[in-house]
Amino acid sequence: MKFEQIRQILNAQAVCCEEHLDAEASAAAYASDMMSDVLAFVTDETVLLTGLVNEQVIRTAAMLDMRCIILVRGKQPTPGMVQLAKQNEIAIMATGFNLYESCGMLYSNGLKEGC
Amino acid sequence: MSDALKFEYKISGENFASAGEATMRIKKELRSLGFTPALIRRVSIAMYEGEINMVIHAGGGVATVLVYPECVEITLADQGPGIADISLAMQEGYTTAPDAIRSFGFGAGMGLPNMKKYTDDMRIESELNKGTTVYMKINA
Repeated sequence: MKFEQIRQILNAQAVCCEEHLDAEASAAAYASDMMSDVLAFVTDETVLLTGLVNEQVIRTAAMLDMRCIILVRGKQPTPGMVQLAKQNEIAIMATGFNLYESCGMLYSNGLKEGC
Repeated sequence: MSDALKFEYKISGENFASAGEATMRIKKELRSLGFTPALIRRVSIAMYEGEINMVIHAGGGVATVLVYPECVEITLADQGPGIADISLAMQEGYTTAPDAIRSFGFGAGMGLPNMKKYTDDMRIESELNKGTTVYMKINA
């Protein structure tokens, strides 16, 4: 699934690094507001869904080579997050759906958890 | 063992937002040295968790990274309060982090277990009111 398809499913707004939206996501995503858990449990997922808004979200994704962050519940990234995301070439998008709804919509469209 | 490349970073304890900057720099260095993504990922996760710990618990410290062709050694030294019970601290879910840290997405008691999980060797030396030194080795 391409990041652009994910954007359309979630009716999300592309916030930064839109040029990467055409990239292919692995068939996997991970969702959590706890970055400690993301670091502990992410294997090969490249998409992170979260409602947490601070710079450590971008750093956590960067450490794991994740390529796309979806902010849920209408959250918008801080300028610091956008700057870090650009440096690390990570796409950020924002959706009004909550975490549960967003995961459900992506899962039923074929985007599963990693192995 | 052949000569190591040595990198040293001062970790500021004042600003949680900047935690992880040293790890980002090491990640970049290892990438330019041609290490595999799998090794870079393990080093990144282990050092990032350690850096976060130093900022949360110890008011910062010093990270020293030795890079050999066959492994990466990370030493994180702080002059914080020390760890009273290391085996308890190693248990998943055990944390002494203040509530405010959880609003940043950390403090779930996964830091030290994660560091152990992603490294080939990990040793902790700690003395109450003196500080803690964490040594980690990741084989290439």
